[in-house]
Amino acid sequence: MNIKKIKADFPIFNRKINGKPLVYLDSAATSQKPKQVLAAVDKYYEAHNANVHRGIHTLSVEATEAYEAARKRVEKFVSSSAKASEDKGVGEIIFTRNATEAINLVAYAWGRVNIGKGDEIVTTIMEHHSNFVPWQQLAAENGATLKVVPLRYAQGKLGQGNGELDEEAFKKALTRKTKLVAIAHVSNVLGTINDVKRLSLVVRRLAPAAKLLVDGAQAVPHMNVDIGSLGVDFYVFTGHKMLGPMGIGVLWGKREILESMPPFLFGGEMISKVTLEKTTWNELPWKFEAGTPNVGGAIGLAAACDYLDGIGMDNVRKHEVELTKYAIGRLTKIPGVVIFGSTDAAKRAGVVSFNVGPIHAHDVASILDAEGIAIRSGNHCAEPLVDFLGVASIARASFYIYNDKADVDRLVEGVRKVIKTFRIHTNTTNDK
Amino acid sequence: MDLYRELILEHWQSPQNYGEMKGADLIIDQVNPLCGDEVTFYFKFASLSSPRKRGSSNWIPDQVGNDKDSSRPLDKTQGKQARTITDVSFVGKGCAISVASASILSEAIKGKSVKELSKLTGEDVFEMLGGPVVPARLKCAFLPLEAIRGILNSKSEARNPKQFSKL
Repeated sequence: MNIKKIKADFPIFNRKINGKPLVYLDSAATSQKPKQVLAAVDKYYEAHNANVHRGIHTLSVEATEAYEAARKRVEKFVSSSAKASEDKGVGEIIFTRNATEAINLVAYAWGRVNIGKGDEIVTTIMEHHSNFVPWQQLAAENGATLKVVPLRYAQGKLGQGNGELDEEAFKKALTRKTKLVAIAHVSNVLGTINDVKRLSLVVRRLAPAAKLLVDGAQAVPHMNVDIGSLGVDFYVFTGHKMLGPMGIGVLWGKREILESMPPFLFGGEMISKVTLEKTTWNELPWKFEAGTPNVGGAIGLAAACDYLDGIGMDNVRKHEVELTKYAIGRLTKIPGVVIFGSTDAAKRAGVVSFNVGPIHAHDVASILDAEGIAIRSGNHCAEPLVDFLGVASIARASFYIYNDKADVDRLVEGVRKVIKTFRIHTNTTNDK
Repeated sequence: MDLYRELILEHWQSPQNYGEMKGADLIIDQVNPLCGDEVTFYFKFASLSSPRKRGSSNWIPDQVGNDKDSSRPLDKTQGKQARTITDVSFVGKGCAISVASASILSEAIKGKSVKELSKLTGEDVFEMLGGPVVPARLKCAFLPLEAIRGILNSKSEARNPKQFSKL
């Protein structure tokens, strides 16, 4: 991978932040966009813009073709294996605003119909709020029970197996009453990669009545994901974390389940026939795409898929493992820095969450910002997890294809500056 | 302007009036819903006109968080505004900016009347902090002020996170 060449594709790196060249380490929040994606969106609006699935005129036909081609392109991006082509037609790609909306679509159109009093929903403590709050809400509304599976060795620091899902507890949580299992593919705080394929077998065995929804927002941008082979019922991800524009997300659902579900939103596009007395629904996937969709966003996301496939997702993953290993190695050597999650870079995604002594993550982020370094700080939309880890806030550096070791070096330098500014003397290290 | 100036770091290192207070007249929680920072302020009051009497028909609440508004014979606003803060303390989890702001404000309001306190502005907080803070940290700097302003509300528990728009 030629990082210099890749970086040159991202106009944002021409910017200086507080007089310093930008080091962007917040891709887990949103990725930057390459000029190829920006150009694809521009080209759509400059040359083909029209409403889709409606008009007879040329532009409308072109826009519709481009939109549906984008759907096919995204589907191909997440169906890499030979098995996927055999299974073609098993799943359906529905465009949403983002991963959150995709999860809410399932919560409303499937959850509220199929989950009731006495039923159980199983989720984990490592979920982003987007895959936690909708289920907490549904459970409260319909009288279901929400079970939250903890992690192994959560209170400790960096270590082998740390930050991994407690599989024993997971198994215990699954029963015949379980109607839904909602888990993250990759934790946005710890980087923990859940072995979805194996977990899905456990779910089928111990909770035969359950549907499995996986939040892939932190997985699809960073590794090869072949949804059809994972054994899931629903899988969601979002475009803006994978070089695409904001406002375009994806719900992948098993066709037979989607067929059985009532619509989520009502209005234009999602109908088949409307009379004064009644309305019938459009076919999949349009049944779930009420209103004018984000055509430009879908086209931008397709361009992002092209860009990532141009690099190769296995290369993306390899690069991030390397950077993560390097970052963990360097940060652990700084006295006072505590890193969360597993020591094994191969078992985690390119996120390194850490704290610097007793210093609040916002203060760490502010000092780094003054150095032109962008990191995330706070509770990462995963408050239950941050509470579970027993800290007030967490600083997080996350990597992507445009980051290199020099970025990590700048981060390390910045963290040293944090320590110097706050004059902390601490003997807490991970080496002990 | 350096965000982590000496004054802020000093208060972060040794915050003034830090700790829970037994027998407080009023406790106010304030949360910044965006970052999860929390601060809890404890207050003791005395009336300017008449000394505080527990259990009397005095307007001062006789229990923490049990503000008996309805039973008060005096004009509410007048009564409240006439109170003096005799003691204040705070606890919380937050960044250096919010801790320093809470510490400095707690020093500033001790002995002040509630009426004086109602005139406190964001500008005053900047002045106490030795200058403005960067836009991203405004909420951190103003969190303690928002908590203190809870005194002015009739629902004194102020358990609801509030917006900063009125600053």
